[in-house]
Order: sequence, then structure tokens, then C-alpha cells
Amino acid sequence: MSATEREAAELHEKSRLPEKAELAKYYHQMLAIRRMEEALAKAYALRKFGGFLHLYIGQEAVAVGALATLKPEDYVIATYREHAHAYAKGMTAKSIIAELFGKATGCSQGLGGSMHLFDASKNFLGGYGIVGGHIPLAAGTAFASKYRGDGRVTLCFFGDGSVPQGAFHEGVALAALWRLPVVFICENNLYSMGTPLYRSLSVSDVSQKALAYGMARDRFDGEDVVRVRDRVAEAVRRARNESLPTLIEIRTYRFRGHSMSDAGLYRTKEEVEESKKRDPITFGRELLVRAKMDEKDIVAIEDQVTAEIEEAVKFADESPELAYERLAEFTYKE
Amino acid sequence: MRTVAFREALNEAIAEEMEKDDRIFLMGEEVGHYDGAYKVSKGLLKRFGEKRVIDTPIAEGGFVGVGIGAAMVGLRPIIELMTWNFSFVAADQLINNAAKIRQMSGGQFTLPIVFRGPGGSAHMLAAQHSQSTEALWAHIPGLKVVMPANPKDAKGLLKSAIRDNNPIVFIEGEVLYADQGEIPDGEYTIPLGVAEVKRPGTDITLIGWSKMVKIALATADALAAEGIEAEVVDPRTIRPLDEELLVESVKKTKRCLIIEEGWPFNGVGAEIAYRIGRRCFDDLDAPVERLTGADMPMPYNHHLEQQCIPDVPRAVAAAKKLLYLE
Repeated sequence: MSATEREAAELHEKSRLPEKAELAKYYHQMLAIRRMEEALAKAYALRKFGGFLHLYIGQEAVAVGALATLKPEDYVIATYREHAHAYAKGMTAKSIIAELFGKATGCSQGLGGSMHLFDASKNFLGGYGIVGGHIPLAAGTAFASKYRGDGRVTLCFFGDGSVPQGAFHEGVALAALWRLPVVFICENNLYSMGTPLYRSLSVSDVSQKALAYGMARDRFDGEDVVRVRDRVAEAVRRARNESLPTLIEIRTYRFRGHSMSDAGLYRTKEEVEESKKRDPITFGRELLVRAKMDEKDIVAIEDQVTAEIEEAVKFADESPELAYERLAEFTYKE
Repeated sequence: MRTVAFREALNEAIAEEMEKDDRIFLMGEEVGHYDGAYKVSKGLLKRFGEKRVIDTPIAEGGFVGVGIGAAMVGLRPIIELMTWNFSFVAADQLINNAAKIRQMSGGQFTLPIVFRGPGGSAHMLAAQHSQSTEALWAHIPGLKVVMPANPKDAKGLLKSAIRDNNPIVFIEGEVLYADQGEIPDGEYTIPLGVAEVKRPGTDITLIGWSKMVKIALATADALAAEGIEAEVVDPRTIRPLDEELLVESVKKTKRCLIIEEGWPFNGVGAEIAYRIGRRCFDDLDAPVERLTGADMPMPYNHHLEQQCIPDVPRAVAAAKKLLYLE
């Protein structure tokens, strides 16, 4: 790095430090997502709910940083590993945990579960269980925004495992062809389930896929929430102001298995431990310290998060389930 | 009343609804500049412009998904599949997204979207282009399946489908597009889920839909020449199925032949036969019979192809057997 570059980097560093309230908000969100998922893992182990549970632990800065760039009316659509995106879009831990517990107070009334969180009022368009199958839908919501001229942007999240799917290519190709206001965010956590990237893709740089579609691209590491925010903001600006899509590859790492049944035999303990040195939450806390937030204020956030999650678990526990008699009304709209 | 072709009736339905509601758009392969592979969308690009009549590349999984996403956030897409044979590359979108999103979201998102295009065999199109897909789609809760048999039904049912707030599979018999028929002059719709007696009769009920209605009517004519009065009932909508009218007819005639172009195994006719068997057990004078497409991929050879599709002589023979006349 040259002296000028270093200076520029420092200036950039300084320019983002004063936003203490913003940083506190990101820290709160990331920590709440972490604690929420830890509580969910615990409840799962206690068999309070079943099905699949895919944890996002380790990747929190991606969802929080990316969604910090959005307006409430913007759309977000994601995969089955979407608890974080739902929370960062403004959904409550109560409505998320209650959904996983299968309760009527859950965001999808207990009909969707962990993989299908939805909230129309927050413009959170759901989590989807078929890898890559939601990517054309993101092109569709962006198509609708362009059709109406409503200025909204769609953020579409998926993993590196989606990239070999046809639906990824068709969705991305149409978005590029029709110049749709959408940002495709590939959260590259290096493994599609238990298969490392080099065994599922012929290139290691996922963002290269954008080149074939004549689409803007970006690629960076995802442990710093501010970096994620700033780089995604550029793509959101391109979508909103120029109605152009972007493919972003954010390199990240999940500390837990693909799902709860994953013994993790495809990667070494050392690799996982090494990745934990880049824990986005530790980094988020460090940003607050560097922004000169008092330790007691940081601890206050942490206490607040603990209380928030405890209360949400209690709420979910005590909530009722939907009656079978009501189920049929959800199949068709009258 | 005036006489129009089946494809014109569909075109009128789309144009009239698009005129009324600017949330409706038509998207598909060749729907715009080419005026439609089967000319259903003829003139619509000129009339409504490129914003609302959108040509797509050959990417069914992509543009079917685009339609679903657009419907989720309040538009009312009409997605044309050049033929239903191509729907299978978009099957994940139709089955896992279109049919599921309302329920998975606890009713928060509904999908007012029509997927439409030609289905069934035409003439020497061979195995990949001759399929009847209604049994597959009707199997899936969350989808409605509509299959008009004549221009009047085509227009009225398509208008209802466009106004419906659910994902609709609208299958147009590929060989029906040029058929002429009378339609009412003014605005009209035909509700989904309502069957119609296409020809009243007393001796046997013939059930058919889409182009099999024509076979059923011709069969009834042939039977009439021998003094047998067949009643022809067209469900028009496969799902929801108007079970009541079918049952009412069979209770009257006491005999039932279902004529279906699709394959027999798990066919729509199998479902109808079960329902009639259950509801009309004490009324039937013979077991419910089915005449279906042959249980094999469609051959190319003309003579072999014709033998794989229900026709009038075999329908007449099947009906007579039910009447114990042969």
C-alpha cells in the first residue's frame, strides 16, 4: 500500500467512525441475531421444535450491513438461512422465534417455519427452501418496481451453492437484459452444504459470473459491517438511480454446520477456529470502542439484547398454535 | 352474438382486461413483435406497447419466476408458455413457488397470475410436444386448472382467470385455436369451477374437456343416430371441479364414460371416476368407464399417433359397451 493509499484508507476509516449511533444499531442487530440463533439452537436441542434449522452464525455482518442501505419500502428476498435478514429488515425476534416454534403468532402463522419467514408489512418477501429458486422472483419484484416506477430496490441473498443452479443464471440474465433495480448478493461461505467451492464451481471468483451478463460486480470480505454497508450501498445506488443490477460476492464463513445434523467432517477444527478470529460481532464491538462509546453503554446494549431474546423465547413458548380447521383458507384466496 | 375464432376470443379477453387494469401485463416468448407463436397476442404489442407486452428470451424458469415475483408485490401478470410442454423447465417455479407462497407466508402474499398456453397433441409433433399436462397441475393444491373447449368459454373463463387472485394454469387445446364459435356481444365472464352441459341427454353421460368435448359431441351425434341420447358434460375447470353437476348428470343417466386425452395412470378421469363411483354407487347401471390417451409417449407416425388419442369410433364403442349393446 502506498503512502497516499494508506492516507486515503485512514481518512476513510475516520470518516466512518463518528457515526456512533449507527454503529450501535448494527452491533445491536448483529448481537441480537447471534443470541436469537443461539437460543434457537438450544431450543432445538431441547426438541421444542423440529424440521431443519440452518444457522447464520458467523455471517451476521453481511445481512446487517447490506440491509442498512435500504429504505423500508425496499424488498428483500432470501434463502432458507434467512433469520438474520428477516431481523435486519425490521421483523421482531418474537415473530421469528414464534414462527420456528410453529406458533400462530409467528410471522407466517407457524405455516412456514425456519425456512419460510415472511413479512409483507416489512417488505420481507420470504425465505425459500429450493436452492436458487427464489432468484427469478427477485428479478420479478424488481421488474414490478420498474414497471410501476416506484423507485424501490430489491436485495436478493443466496449462497455460493445457488450459483451452479439454472434459476440463478436465468434470474440474473433477465435482470441484466431488462436493466432491473436489483442487487444479487452471493454470500460465499465457501461450502454448499458439505461441498467446498472448488468442487462445485469451475471458478473461485463467483463475481465473474456477472461478466457474462454485462452486469456490474463487486467482491469483498464480509466480516466488517461498515465495509459491507458501504460497498452494498454503491450497488443499491446503481439500482435506484440507474436501474441497473449488480452481482456482489461477499466472502464469509458460517461457524456452525449447514444444518443442525451436520457433523462438519468436511472441514478441519483449525479452519473453523481460524475463521472465528474474524468474528463480525467481535469486530462490531471493536468499532464501538474505536468510536469511543463508553463500555457501560456497550454493556447496556448487550443486556438489552439478552432481555429481548429471553422475552421473545418466552413469548413464543406461551403462544397458541393455529387450529387445523383454519388451515384450508391458506391454500386459495377467496 | 357474433362468430370468432378461439384464438381471437382469448385475444379479446386479454385486451379487454388489460384495458381496464394497468397492473396486467403479458409476458412470454414471441408474444410481442412476432404477434404470438399461435397468434393469440396478435396486435397487443401495437395496442399496449412494450411496457405491457413483453418478449422474453427462451428461459421459462426465469420468466415464470419473474411473473411470480411481480404478482407477489401487486401486479397481475399473464405469462404465456409457448406450449405447456415447456412448462417442465419452470416446474419448480410453478410447484414450489406459485402454489406454495400463499400458504407458506401465512396468507400474507397472494398470487394473481395466469399461466397460459397451448396443450395436448396437435399433429405429428411427437413425444415432447404432444402432452396433456392437466393431471399434473391439478394434482397440486394451490393451483387452479382451467381448460376451455370453445371460443365462448375461452373468453369468459380467461377473463375470470385474469381477475382471480390465485395462480391459474390455463390450458388451451392446441388444435382448437382456429375453431370458430359464437360469443356474446357485450362484456361477460364465466365463473371458474362451474361445469356446463354441452348437450342434454338421458341414456349416458359423456364427460370431456378441452378438445375432448368435440369428440364427446361427435360421439353423441353418432349415438343419436342409433337412438341413444347421450348427455355431454364439460367440467371446464379441472380444479376446482364442479363435482355436483357431474354427479347430477350421472344420477340421471346411470352410466358414465370419461373421455380424456391424457395418460390413464393417475389421470383426471381417474379422479372423476372415483368421485362419481362414490357419490353414484347406488345409481350406476355399469361401472364408470374411461377412454384415455395411450399409456406411452406419443409416437410421431400419423397413424400410430391417431390410435393413441381418443376418437369417435372408440368412444361410441365404449359407450355402447356401457349400455350393454355390444
